[in-house]
Amino acid sequence: MDATLKQRIEDQIKSARVFLYMKGTPTFPQCGFSGQVAHILNSYGIEFGSCNVLEDMSIRQGIKEFANWPTIPQLYVDGEFVGGCDIVTEMHQSGELKPLLEGENAA
Amino acid sequence: MRCIAAIRIITTMPESRPEKIQRLLTEALTPTHLVIEDQSHLHAGHAGARESGGGHFAIEIKSPAFEGKTALQRHRMVYDALAEMMPREIHALSIRS
Repeated sequence: MDATLKQRIEDQIKSARVFLYMKGTPTFPQCGFSGQVAHILNSYGIEFGSCNVLEDMSIRQGIKEFANWPTIPQLYVDGEFVGGCDIVTEMHQSGELKPLLEGENAA
Repeated sequence: MRCIAAIRIITTMPESRPEKIQRLLTEALTPTHLVIEDQSHLHAGHAGARESGGGHFAIEIKSPAFEGKTALQRHRMVYDALAEMMPREIHALSIRS
């Protein structure tokens, strides 16, 4: 993929410990899956960065290639891809998400 | 879903999206359990669905190939198997494995 675009994405996911690519914004999600992940993150009361892919077609396509993951939303923690809506929801329900978001697993 | 697949062969109807999903997943992952639910009607008309024309599907799948794999890896295996359908035929996929 284009090196400039890759750099932009890398800079974005490093701009916050927890970063979400979504359709719409955390306040006004424009897709149920994106809204659900934003809602889960909000329930932990943590701050997270987000990018509305509907406002940037190059990011919208590029992020799929970047993560080798065909759908949005995409959640990143500490620069690592965590998953989409199903995985985040599963981890939320199983209790795995909390320590990951709070950094208790950090080395 | 197996019944639907059998009917298709007899009548030579064009393969529906759920049938295609079933075929691709069966070929790639030989699942022991597979349920495909077309949820496109729930999402008709929302922004993404309009653009790509693809459907929303929910899949429940169990496969011996998933043994020892993380959820992320299992999802990737399903996406890989269905790559040719995304995003034109599948806009969104919910996977329970």
